[in-house]
Order: sequence, then C-alpha cells, then structure tokens
Amino acid sequence: MQSLTNRSRNVVNKKMNFWERIYLVAILKGMWTTLKHFVRVMFGKSHTVRYPEVKRPFAPVWRGWHVLKRDEKGAERCTACGLCAVACPAEAITMTAAEREKGEEHLYREEKYAAVYEINMLRCIFCGLCEEACPKEAIFLTDRIVPSDYARQGFVFGKDLLVEGVEPEKRIDVSVRQKHIQEKKWAAETAH
Amino acid sequence: MSILLLFSAGFIVEKIILISVLFAITLGVAAYSTYGERKFAAFFQDRLGPDRAGPWGILQPLADGVKMFTKEDFRPNEAERWLYILAPGAFMFVACMTSAVIPWGTQLTVFGTPVDLQVADLNIGILYILGLSSLGVYGIMIGGWSSNNKFSLYGAIRASSQMISYELAMGLSVIAVVMMTGTLSLREMAAQQTGFNWNVWYQPLGFLIFFICSLAECNRAPFDMAECETELIGGYHTEYSSMKLGFFLFAEYINMFISSAVTATVFFGGYNFPGLDPNWLGGFMGPIVLFAKVFFFIFVFMWIRWTIPRFRYDQLMHLGWKSLIPLAIFNMLLTGAGVLYFGK
Repeated sequence: MQSLTNRSRNVVNKKMNFWERIYLVAILKGMWTTLKHFVRVMFGKSHTVRYPEVKRPFAPVWRGWHVLKRDEKGAERCTACGLCAVACPAEAITMTAAEREKGEEHLYREEKYAAVYEINMLRCIFCGLCEEACPKEAIFLTDRIVPSDYARQGFVFGKDLLVEGVEPEKRIDVSVRQKHIQEKKWAAETAH
Repeated sequence: MSILLLFSAGFIVEKIILISVLFAITLGVAAYSTYGERKFAAFFQDRLGPDRAGPWGILQPLADGVKMFTKEDFRPNEAERWLYILAPGAFMFVACMTSAVIPWGTQLTVFGTPVDLQVADLNIGILYILGLSSLGVYGIMIGGWSSNNKFSLYGAIRASSQMISYELAMGLSVIAVVMMTGTLSLREMAAQQTGFNWNVWYQPLGFLIFFICSLAECNRAPFDMAECETELIGGYHTEYSSMKLGFFLFAEYINMFISSAVTATVFFGGYNFPGLDPNWLGGFMGPIVLFAKVFFFIFVFMWIRWTIPRFRYDQLMHLGWKSLIPLAIFNMLLTGAGVLYFGK
C-alpha cells in the first residue's frame, strides 16, 4: 500500500546489541544533546520572554481591557445610547445616562453622556461586539490584560478604569484595532 | 602534663574551628546547589531559571529558606509522632557527618602552626564513609514508615532496597582501589595521586561503577526511585512539609556534595592537579583544586539528572545485581591480577 506521507517508519522489535544494552553510548549521546542546549542558553539564546520587562506585541485581533475614548479635545465620546449593552451577549455592560449641564462641553462631546458606565470583567467574554455596535467609536478593546484581583467586586470596572486620560501621554492608541474593525466592517458590507 | 594540656586545648580549638568552617561550607554549597540545580535545569531546557531574587536570582536559596521556615509544619494524625520528627534530623545528621574524613588539602599554616585540612584522619576513612552512607537509609526508612502513608512506605522500601543493593557494587569498586593503593585512609589515597597520577587512569571501570552507584546512593535521577513524583507523589517525604521537608531535600544536596568530594578524592587525585602544587597560596591551592573538581562533579550529577529519565524499578534492580556487581567483581579480579603482575 502506498503511504500518504513518507514519514511512516517500520517498527522493528529487534534485540538490543551489546552497546545498546549497556546504555552508556545512548546516555552520552543524550548528554551531548542537553549540553548543546545548555551552552546555547549560556550564550543568551533562551526562548524565555522576561514578561513584565519585555512584552511581546499583541496581534491586532487581540481583545483585552476596554477603553472609553475621548475625542481630540478631550471630551468623552460616549453618549450612553446603550447599543453596546444591547449588543453584549454576556450582559456585562450597564450604564446610567445623564444630561450635560452648561459649562461641561469640554468634558462630554454631546448633550447626553454616561454618568455611570460599568463593565463586569468576570461576565465579559471579550467578544468585541460592543466596539462593533458603537456608533460613536467610543469603546474599544485594547491590548492591555485585565489584572487579577482578590474579590469579585474588584472586577466591576467603572469609568475610573475605563475612560482614558485627557493628557496626550495618557491617551491609549487604538489605531491598529480601529483599522482592523473598519476592514472587518467593509468586508462584511462587500460580501452582501 | 601542662604541655600536653596546652597541646590538646590548641588541638581542640583547631578542630572546632575546622569543623565549623567545614559545616558552614557544606551548608553553603548545599544551599547553592539547590540554586544551581534549578538554574542548570532551566539551561538544559532552554529556559532562564530563577532570576528575580537579586541579580541572576542569586538570593533564591535565601528566599527558599524563608519559605520553608514560614510554611505550616503539618503532621498527619496517624503518624508515629517521635519517629516522624526524628527522621529528617537523622538523615541530615548522617549527611553532615561524612565530610569529616575528606582531606580538603594538605596543610595550612596559620600563625606559624601547621593545620591539617582534615577533621579526622581515620585510617579506615573510606570504610567510615561507606558505613555512614548506609546509615543514611535509616532517615529515609524511618521517615517513610512513620508517615503512615502507603506512598511514603513504597518510596522508603524502594529507596532502602536500592541503596543496599548499590552499596554492594560501590564497596566492591572501592575494594579494587584499596587493593591498588594499599590503604583505606583517604588522606594517603589523596597523597599518593600526585600530579596527574590519578587512580581513574588505572581504574576506569571501577570509577564508572562507583559513579553510577553514588548516583543511586544519593537518590538522584536516573535512580530517584525514592521520590518518583509521577508514581509515588513525593516518595518517602510525601507527608512532610515546612523545614522537615527542607531538611530531607537539603540533606540530599549535602549527600551529593560529599559524594562528589569522595569521587574526586578517591579517583581524581583529590587536591592534586598537574602544575598546581597544593601547598601554594599558604596551602589554599589544595582546597581550591579540590573544590573545582567537586563543583565539576556536582554539575555532572545535575547534567545527568536533566538528561536521563528514571529507570523502572525492575530495571534498577537488574542493573544493580546482574550487571554492576559482576562487573565490580570482574574489576576486582583484574586489579588483583594487575597488582600481582606489576607489583604495584
């Protein structure tokens, strides 16, 4: 019978000869192999990534800790329309809407805003449907990992943990993710 | 009379200092063997190993010690109380005793008086070491039995049968060296192997048998039948926790250090190295050379552990009784013939 790949080997249950029976040759061969690995690591060629200091880049499809974006003037983009909460299959998102007062134009972009916006990170399945649902490009999943905690309450992230900072250095870059979502949407549209 | 008293007081102080220093070095080497083991294991597996505690993880043994001491000291209800407590101590005690007869160098000159670098020059040094290493079985046996756990008992039974079987081959391989050198004293053995005239060149087979047996005696892989994480959880120390467990593990590293030292002394010229007089640096050259050899052997021990998988129990017994003992006897006969013929 012709084999599908040429990787198959015939197994022969032959008796070991003297050199095989005393194991020593095989042991020395094995030790040579491990020594090569040892020397390689000694010269700094390890596969280990020293995690907190060195971080591997995430793939653009990676979905982690959410961010609520601000616009270029620093006002929150979210208008508390609730589409993300409706889209959420895990029902992890809750929010309370409020009306913008006079003099708060620099804080909130439109007349309505989310006074409370909470994502329960234990419920969240990081599917990314919220960012697809958002009409204001306000919520994005970023490449940050949600940290561990001791209590369940610690996983309910409020606006303090979700909204990005006003200062330019505290802004969170989502351009890669944004582009990825755009491409996905276009692909879906052209498919129709 | 007064001269005799003075002499003996000085003698006692000298020995006490020597013992303390030796004890400290033994513990230090054992502590850093644990670090070395983890580091080397990592290197052999393309990893980096512990590198968080201090630069290159150099403080890891300290952190391990703190961890061991602060863990809950659990004792099973059904354990035989006093034997359970005694076992780690007995194992540790025996492990620390062995270093007494190893000649670490020739002589140091401290304040004009020569100091022998050996705690006790027994004329039966090698017998003393073999005897104590067989006493080591008691720590494992008592620990495994008193835990009242079937896995511990299995581990203990395996360990003791293994150690007793391999002691035979070990003793026989040492006898060949004794026949050749004509002495049982480690000091004389080391002194005879000046320069590059090491016993291993005359006894390669004896060395091989001795080394394999010392792996088995130390319960190191590929002969770590006593622990066998995969089958017996932790073997004889399954039920131990906290510093009692620490004592068992620590004593194993001390055993490894001592058996490396014995291997270096009996087969690899002890403190001798061609071109390096052990009396250099005020006598410190000897210990430096010996320690270099000891560290090399400790490395080889670890190298073997992280290369070879564990033997099956029946393979272990097969190797010990059907291969090593006949080989050792053959080696003994060969040595006897050689001694008769060459008259050495």
